[in-house]
Amino acid sequence: MKIMVAIKRVVDYAVKIRVKADKTGVETNNVKMSMNPFCEIALEEALRIREAGFASEVVAVSMGPAQCVDTLRTGLAMGADRAIHVDAPAAGLYPLSVAKILRALVDVEKPGILILGKQAIDDDCNQTGQMVAGLLNWPQATFASKVVLDKEKQLATVDREVDGGLETLCVDLPAVITTDLRLNQPRYATLPNIMKAKSKPIKKFKLEDLKVDIKSDLEIVEVTEPPKRKAGIIVSSVDELIDKLKNEAHVI
Amino acid sequence: MKMEKWRAITYTLLQHSLKKNFHHPINPNFRSLTRSSSTSGHTYAFGRTCERLKPTLAHKKWNIQPCVHPLKNCMSHHPLVSAKIFSGNICRIQCRYFASLTTKIQRNPLFSTINSDDISHFEKILGEKNVIQEEEKLDTVNTDWMRKYKGSSKLMLQPRSTEEVSQILKYCNSRCLAVVPQGGNTGLVGGSVPVFDEVIINTGSMNSIISFDKVSGILVCEAGCILENLISFLDSWGFIMPLDLGAKGSCQIGGNVSTNAGGLRLVRYGSLHGTVLGLEAVLANGTVLDMLGTLRKDNTGYDLKHLFIGSEGSLGIISKVSILTPPKLSSVNLAFLACKDYFSCQKLLMEAKRRLGEILSAFEFLDSHALDLVLKHLDGVRNPLPASMHNFYVLIETTGSDESSDKQKLEAFLLHSMEGGLISDGAIAQDISQASSFWHIREGVAEALMKAGAVYKYDLSLPVEKMYDLVEEMRIRLGSVADVVGFGHLGDGNLHLNISAPQYDDAILAQIEPFVYEWTSKHHGSISAEHGLGLMKADKIHYSKSTEAVQLMTSIKKLLDPNGILNPYKVLPPSLVS
Repeated sequence: MKIMVAIKRVVDYAVKIRVKADKTGVETNNVKMSMNPFCEIALEEALRIREAGFASEVVAVSMGPAQCVDTLRTGLAMGADRAIHVDAPAAGLYPLSVAKILRALVDVEKPGILILGKQAIDDDCNQTGQMVAGLLNWPQATFASKVVLDKEKQLATVDREVDGGLETLCVDLPAVITTDLRLNQPRYATLPNIMKAKSKPIKKFKLEDLKVDIKSDLEIVEVTEPPKRKAGIIVSSVDELIDKLKNEAHVI
Repeated sequence: MKMEKWRAITYTLLQHSLKKNFHHPINPNFRSLTRSSSTSGHTYAFGRTCERLKPTLAHKKWNIQPCVHPLKNCMSHHPLVSAKIFSGNICRIQCRYFASLTTKIQRNPLFSTINSDDISHFEKILGEKNVIQEEEKLDTVNTDWMRKYKGSSKLMLQPRSTEEVSQILKYCNSRCLAVVPQGGNTGLVGGSVPVFDEVIINTGSMNSIISFDKVSGILVCEAGCILENLISFLDSWGFIMPLDLGAKGSCQIGGNVSTNAGGLRLVRYGSLHGTVLGLEAVLANGTVLDMLGTLRKDNTGYDLKHLFIGSEGSLGIISKVSILTPPKLSSVNLAFLACKDYFSCQKLLMEAKRRLGEILSAFEFLDSHALDLVLKHLDGVRNPLPASMHNFYVLIETTGSDESSDKQKLEAFLLHSMEGGLISDGAIAQDISQASSFWHIREGVAEALMKAGAVYKYDLSLPVEKMYDLVEEMRIRLGSVADVVGFGHLGDGNLHLNISAPQYDDAILAQIEPFVYEWTSKHHGSISAEHGLGLMKADKIHYSKSTEAVQLMTSIKKLLDPNGILNPYKVLPPSLVS
C-alpha cells in the first residue's frame, strides 16, 4: 500500500512576521521558510506506518513554485521514498484548488491513505483535507492524535481531538487523515538520510498534465495587523482606579 | 545532635561578643568549635578580633564554610544565630566554600558600616523607592546564581542615571563604604555578590537604549540593558549582538563588558575588546570617565576602555556602552554531529575552519556525560541522534547571506567528513525550532549540572590538542566518586570542566584543586578563560600571570581606587591590594 503525504512550504514558525507595506499579504522575501509543522507530523506518521510494515512506500507531494523542491528534499531527508512537485504559481493557490490537484494526483498514484496536516500555519484554513475527502468521496478522520491501522480489515482507528475531548472513529481505507499536534514528534533529518535523499527522484507535474483548473472564487482584499495593545498604566490610588474604570473604560 | 552543640557554642560566643572588652582572646571554646566541625558541618565565628583566630585556623587547616547554605537547614529558625541581634560592629570570618583549603578572608576593618545618615543621604540622591533595605529583596541579590556565595549586604541602591552613580560613589568613597556593582547577577565566580556587607549598586534601572545607527550598526545603550532585550531590539533592524550566551535572559550588557564575556559566537565575531567601541565609566571617587566614542578607529592616546573591559567592576562602574553590532544574516544552519573520539573533534574543527571558512559562526562540543545529564534533568529535550550513544557531540553553526549556497557548503563539508570517518552520525536542523532545540541541549548543560546536585566548575583555556586530556585525568583521579563532564567552546580552545557530585565534599575538592590549576599552568593555559576571577579565583592569578604583571595590575588598582572600595576581595589577591 502506498501512502501519500501532502506538504506545504510556509514561513518558519519561529519567524516574527510583518505585513507588506501594500497590505496584500505577509512579507516573505528574505524570510526563512520551512515545512509546515503539521505536515512534518503527517510525514512522520506516514514513515512510522511504513516502518511498522503496513505500507510499502511513502510519497511526498507539494505544489507551488520551484522553491517547493527544497521542502520536498527535507521530506526525502526525513525518509520519504519519492516526491512529486506540481508546478503552480505562488499566489492564488487556495484550499479548493489544492484539493483538486490532490484528487488528480490520487488518481495517478492510487495510494491507500492520504495524510495531510490539519492546517497550514500561514493561512490557518483547515479546509484542504476535508475538501479532498469530499472530492474523492473517501472517509475522513481529521485532527488525528492517534492512528492505529488494521491491515486485514483495511481500516484505521483514529482518535480525534475535538472541542469536547477525544473522539474515536473507525474509517475504511482508502481514507484521508489530517494530523494534529499531539500525534507524534517528527524525527530529525540525519546525515545518512540527507545523503540518500540526493538520489531519490522528484517527479515534476504541470497543471495542464493533471487537467486541473485552479481559478478561484476567492480574492484577498487586504491584510492588516491586529490593533496594537496600548500600554498599561500604574494608578496611584483606588479612587483613581475607580474613576478610570468608570469614566474611561466604562465597565462600571 | 548538632543543634545542641550549636546552641552551646553560639551561646558562649554571644556571651563573649556582648562583652565590652573586645580584645579578649577568642574563646577557649574554640577547641570545641574545631571538634564539632566536620566536612559537612559548619561553624560561624563571631568576635571583633579576627586576627586571633587566624593562626588557630591555619594550624587546623580546615574549612569554615560561610553562614548561609548549610545554615539554612538547621539554623534559620534558631533565634540566637539571627544576625539581627548583633548590632554595631560585627567582624565575621568568611571562608570560601570550596576553593583552596587555607584561604580565609577577613572583612577589611578600614571599611565603614552603614548608618542612618548614609541611608538618608542615599534617599536624597535616589529617592526612597530606589534605596532597598528589605530582607527578602536583599536575600536574592546577596546570593549568586550558583548559590555558592552569599553576602550580607544590608543595602541595595538602584541608580537611574550616570549622575546618580557618580554621586553615590563619591559619597561612598568619602565615607569609605565598600560597594559591589551588580548587573544581572549571573556570574559564575562570585564576583557579583557582596562578600560581607558591601553596598550593592544594581544597574538594572539604567536600561535605556540611547541611540542606534542603522547604517554602521553602532549601538549606544546604558549598562543595565538585558542582553536578550538588546538582541530583540536589534532584530527588528536586521542586526544582532556580537555575543550570545546561555544567560542572555538575565545578564546585562554592563556586566558582560565588565567580565569580557565570551559566549557562543566568539569564534566568528571576536571578543568584546574588539567589538566595544566606547565606554562610559564612573571611577571610585565619582569621576565620570567619558570614553563613549562611536568610531571604529581612534588612535588618540592610550586606549583606556580596555582596562575596564574585563576588570570585573574593580576599576570603575561601567554606565554606558557603545558596541558595534554585525548585520543579521538570513541563512543560519545548524548541525548536531557525533564523533567517536576527541581527536576527530579536533580534526573536524580544522576542517570546518578551512572548508566552511567565513560562514562558520559557532563550534561547540560536549561529551557523552554532558548529554546524559541534559537528557536526564531538563524537560522537553530529546536526543537528536537516538540511534546510539556516542562519545562526543559537536554543534556547528554557519551564518551567511545565501541560503542555498550555505546549505550546499555545509552538506558537502559534512558528507566529506562522514566519508573521512570524522563524523559517525549527525542531524541538520530543518527549521528554526529544531535549531533552538539543538542549542537548548548545549546551553542547558550548566542548568542540568545545577539540578544534578553539587557542581565544581572550572573554565580553562588550553591548547586544543590537550583539552580533553585534563578531563580524562580528572576521571582517573576521582574515580566513581564524582562525574566529570567536559564541554565548551572548542572553536576558541575553551574547556568548561565541571565535576558533578551528589553533594559538596572537601575530599573531592582536595582531589581537584590545586591539581587543575597546576595542570593548566603547566600547559600555559588560562585558569579562567571567560568567567573571570571574581571571588573564587582571586588568589589564583599567579597560575596564569607573571608576578611583574600582577604587580602592575595592583598599582593600577591603587591608582584608580585608592580606598579599595570597588568590589573588594576579588579579582586580585587580597593580600596584595590591601
